[in-house]
Amino acid sequence: MSLFDWFANRRKESPEPSPPADREREIADGLWTKCDSCGALTYTKDLRANQMVCLECDHHMRVYSDERIRQLIDADTWQPMDETLHSIDPLGFRDRKPYSDRLREMQDKTKLVDAVQTGLGKLRGNPVALGVMDFRFMGGSMGSVVGEKLTRMIEKATIDRIPVIIVCASGGARMQEGMLSLMQMAKISGALERHREQRLLYIPVLTHPTAGGVTASFAMLGDIIIAEPKATIAFAGRRVVEQTLREKLPDDFQTSEYLLAHGLVDTIISRTQLKKTLAQLITLHPAPQPTPS
Amino acid sequence: MLINGNWSDQDSALNSPFAMPTTDRKPILLDFEKPLAELEEQIKQVRDLAAETEVDVAGQILQLEERACQLRKEIFSSLTPQQRLQVARHPRRPTTLDYIQAISDDWLEMHGDRAGFDDLAMVGGVGRIDGRAVVMLGQQKGRNTKDNIQRNFGQASPSGYRKAIRLMEHANRFGMPILTFIDTPAAWAGIEAEEYGQGEAIAFNLREMFKFDVPIICTVVGEGGSGGALGIGVGDRLLMMEHSVYSVAPPEACAAILWRDAGKSSKAAEALKITSEDLMGLGIIDEVITEPTGAAHTDPVLATEQVKAAILTNLIYLDSMTSQQRRDLRYNKFRNIGKFSEGLG
Repeated sequence: MSLFDWFANRRKESPEPSPPADREREIADGLWTKCDSCGALTYTKDLRANQMVCLECDHHMRVYSDERIRQLIDADTWQPMDETLHSIDPLGFRDRKPYSDRLREMQDKTKLVDAVQTGLGKLRGNPVALGVMDFRFMGGSMGSVVGEKLTRMIEKATIDRIPVIIVCASGGARMQEGMLSLMQMAKISGALERHREQRLLYIPVLTHPTAGGVTASFAMLGDIIIAEPKATIAFAGRRVVEQTLREKLPDDFQTSEYLLAHGLVDTIISRTQLKKTLAQLITLHPAPQPTPS
Repeated sequence: MLINGNWSDQDSALNSPFAMPTTDRKPILLDFEKPLAELEEQIKQVRDLAAETEVDVAGQILQLEERACQLRKEIFSSLTPQQRLQVARHPRRPTTLDYIQAISDDWLEMHGDRAGFDDLAMVGGVGRIDGRAVVMLGQQKGRNTKDNIQRNFGQASPSGYRKAIRLMEHANRFGMPILTFIDTPAAWAGIEAEEYGQGEAIAFNLREMFKFDVPIICTVVGEGGSGGALGIGVGDRLLMMEHSVYSVAPPEACAAILWRDAGKSSKAAEALKITSEDLMGLGIIDEVITEPTGAAHTDPVLATEQVKAAILTNLIYLDSMTSQQRRDLRYNKFRNIGKFSEGLG
């Protein structure tokens, strides 16, 4: 055995380096995690037990769709829907790189098929339909796949007569699918209208960041709208508003707290209390007898 | 009302707080219209010359006019998406109130959101089209700079969308069809717009418009700008004028974000698929309304006639349905928009 072979073998035996997609996880699996707001170092296990909310300053760190589902849905009750629904680059869109390449890269990096996970599950024993957007996948942007998955989930919830919960995290409509993306706003709103007509409960949870076409559709259509603390929630992004007006904006502009003060969200709930609060609200709003259509 | 192709201000002055100037204004020329204008200038010179010298140039003029007609057709049938955008934004392009006033009788504008504001960027009211009572509304761009400032360049505020839905509810209560006219660069993005819930106002309209029993026909007459357009754009039938555009985001903004260069807006306009033919192909709109050769601003009388005819045809079609059928049609129309694939691949 040459020295080269020896090195080659050794490399094979050593554990695979984790792909870049797992970087967030890798940090979380590290023994200590630094808070991006106050800089406090926290034992990661404690931080995860506290749902990635800093124990020192209450800062809500980013949490992605898998973790969210774990946080909200009772163990072993999650049934994902439409997991293979994927985009086909309908416009043949190409900016600095082709959209189809971008999609593939994102899929490899995040192990997600698109920017939302949907499914049915139980929340403290209550059956719910849950959609969770994932900001990692092209900024959580909404194209045909996000629109179709959410619409199917809402339609299923209307048939099953169960509440809908959507955790929003999105920059808005996905430009690479052009007008098809914009029209998803109407499509989802239409499905929500049918759900609402049956007097069923819909609660969007607005997390950092929620913007654009998502804000101008299902994010703002809740019977009860919940925001996470200090999330950015906007229609037009801060930079767009600054450019339009050419003036500096207040620091708290477009935060959850700002929206609460302007009467646009019902309440701000800490992530650590979210599941409990949702369960409470669901039991306060039992589904009525079906209305004949 | 149109008289000899010029807007008379008497009628519009009754019902709207502005009026078109009566004097002939210098035409505003887009770059690609210039060869045409030169040719027309040449025809005029020949005519003038003939008048002075009494030489018979009828044959020559006829020839030149045929050439001009041919050239106009060529230019306007091969516009790039970026040029389409320029036509859609043309300062002389007929506006929502021009269409409303030209296609209806008994028009009375109604104001206000009943919650403290009257947004002049969104206009609406009741009127009669072909004897039928309807509610008409849409974004209103200004016809000149002063007017544009008042009307915020057709960018509606939350109160505008709330005024629109109030009028639509009125229509639904009284069984009047709803006709919306879309012409906006975007919903207004200002501090107050955010404070008063621009997102909520648009979202609310999207959902409520699915509920109405009366026919809803939406027509993109100029610029269909993103969520600001969609906020009055949920209908049984979505029509688009030939040279109007409808876009998920302004091409300039799209270029700035995706190409990191606002100068690439012509590329973005191309890639985003914003023209009436493209959107017909994608199954997003139901019908393209043909414009006069040379676009609506060169012959507003004909343009408004075309719009009226298209609306009436669609209204007859929708009248043949029950309200439940129309609601299902509306739901399924949007339900079926989207392109994706299922299964592994």
